[in-house]
Amino acid sequence: MTATNPEKTPLSQFVADLRRVPRRVLDAAWRSGAPTTDRARAEFVFSNLFLHIHPVRTHRWSLRWRTTLGLGAMATAAFLLTLVTGVLLMLYYKPYPEVAYQSIKDIHFVVPTGRFMRNIHRWAANVMVVVVLLHMARVFYTAAYRPPREFNWLVGMGLLVVTLGLSFTGYLLPWDQLAYWAVTIGANIAQSPRELTDALGITGTFDPGGLQRKLLLGSDVVGEEALIRFYVLHVVILPLLLAVLMGVHFWRIRKDGGLARPEDADSRLGPQENVYPVFTQAPLKTYHLAAIVRGRSPVVGKGPENTVPSMPHLFYAEAGVFMFTVLICLALSISLDAPLKEPADPNVPENPAKAPWYFLGLQEMVAHSAFMGGVGIPMIVVIGLGLIPFLDRERAGVGTWFGGPGGPRLALASAAYGLAAVLAVESFAIRFGWLRQWFPDIPQPVITCCNPGTLIVALYAGYSLWIVKRYQSARAGAVALFTCFLCGFLVLTVIGVHFRGPNWDFYWSPADWPRH
Amino acid sequence: MSGTDAKGRSRLDPEPSPRRDFLGMSAVGACLGASALALAGMLRLPKVAVTASPSKKFRVHLPDSTPAGEPWVPPGRNVAIFRDADGVYAISLVCTHLGCIVKPGAQGFECPCHGSRFNSQGEVVGGPAPKALPWHAVTVEGSELLIDLGETVKPGTKVRV
Repeated sequence: MTATNPEKTPLSQFVADLRRVPRRVLDAAWRSGAPTTDRARAEFVFSNLFLHIHPVRTHRWSLRWRTTLGLGAMATAAFLLTLVTGVLLMLYYKPYPEVAYQSIKDIHFVVPTGRFMRNIHRWAANVMVVVVLLHMARVFYTAAYRPPREFNWLVGMGLLVVTLGLSFTGYLLPWDQLAYWAVTIGANIAQSPRELTDALGITGTFDPGGLQRKLLLGSDVVGEEALIRFYVLHVVILPLLLAVLMGVHFWRIRKDGGLARPEDADSRLGPQENVYPVFTQAPLKTYHLAAIVRGRSPVVGKGPENTVPSMPHLFYAEAGVFMFTVLICLALSISLDAPLKEPADPNVPENPAKAPWYFLGLQEMVAHSAFMGGVGIPMIVVIGLGLIPFLDRERAGVGTWFGGPGGPRLALASAAYGLAAVLAVESFAIRFGWLRQWFPDIPQPVITCCNPGTLIVALYAGYSLWIVKRYQSARAGAVALFTCFLCGFLVLTVIGVHFRGPNWDFYWSPADWPRH
Repeated sequence: MSGTDAKGRSRLDPEPSPRRDFLGMSAVGACLGASALALAGMLRLPKVAVTASPSKKFRVHLPDSTPAGEPWVPPGRNVAIFRDADGVYAISLVCTHLGCIVKPGAQGFECPCHGSRFNSQGEVVGGPAPKALPWHAVTVEGSELLIDLGETVKPGTKVRV
């Protein structure tokens, strides 16, 4: 070797060292060397800050694509896309009424790649909403929220709410007609508890609705203060919250013992060549850094385990999902431009004034009662979803699709019932109207409590309680309720998107809308 | 095993002793309390004390050509002014449901956002609106009308010109 050559002069030694600098910098940064053995593969993961959120080894069950469909990773990928493109858009966007609209026009027509970046931002945000909802459905239908994963289900719900919050604050920023009227409607939904306090005659002394509206708008009117507040929410507060919740979400996956899998996962997977357990016996303790802890962690007492090194198996899968997400967002961004309507006009709302598709189910309910549709029912749904893992304490069916009592047949039957109920109530309301048309003098609280939205919720809740009784199982009831709500969301969204026209009237097709 | 006492406890999880923790708990409590108060103080900031909004009073001249019972909307204002045999009156165009601007017609008002419908007196006849459209105060000042959007009057209040 040159380094041990005694005839080496100091100069040639220096030159040799100089030539080795890149190699040595790399070695210093990446101490484990090439991941060619299982030990080096483990080191590759845990000695790297950015990779060590992953486990060193991954269970083979978690790597089957039909376990997760890659939905969580897709949501993360979509978030990263919005993050990068969002920071780029911030270079040109100016959060001030009128100027905001012009800056979006600049981004669209003048800024190099601006239009493409805005499209990617918009489509990745849409993909994120869809994928987060599907991810929640996946976790639900595989009963993966069961102990010890209850808390992560709650964190996931927080992520859903923040994702929707980011979408809402995002489409306000262009300050076009959609934005202006969405801010107006959103702020008034925040004020809608007045529907109740007015009826009780206590708005003068106790007015949570008015306070919420004022906090959101920073003023009595929708204007520059409101825009800057929604901007701060969109670019700082909500993304930070989302990032923190994502960190907790991922960390808890590890601490809760990886992805949920059935008890008999190993026998169902069968043997595979080159897979051997690290622990040949079940470990009795978890070795933490601080102290030797008693059996609280989920791996204690389980083994031998059926894992493969995360490098490369898990990372290749994640990279594949990431590329797939990028591909979808790019394809959408090339073919469809993000919309920009006319500049905001405080005197003339659009007709119909429609929110983006994911809020049109809500808009349909809001068109029955502002407080119930915009505040009451969403809160009931969020609380109901949050309670699921604490009421369903059964063990059967963890980690398998439609596991537990009833199985896929119950899910199908519930879907049929859920569709029938929402279609029946909506058709009735569309055909015959509701209480206000029949009794114009009816007190508002009656309509707040009894409207098509609450009726659908009551029908779903009643059905689900009946299923609990019939199957003697909280899981069966949860499957019934969750499936019903998915169907309700779907139908209301489709009605809002396709069947509502000017004045929120019912039309079979947008082609039938009257022309002015 | 070394490090465990007769009851099988290790030195890492000794018997809990609430009394010994009293000072520690008070310290934590004081810290949390102070943080909560500080946070409450900080949350005073987003609640605006003064709101800058345009004046809610304005003067207009109601065009003489306005037919009786037909709405006339002053440019840039969300209010409809009517004239009939009993006098003039002004009805707000801001929907009492979620604040969209309703479209006035001879028959009544229609909201484009969520389908609320009001009759020609502003009373709800359909849709989700919880309340009637408010009537605004009108004062006659010579040939002009002074409309105050900050003040509502009893529906049916008409002013002789």
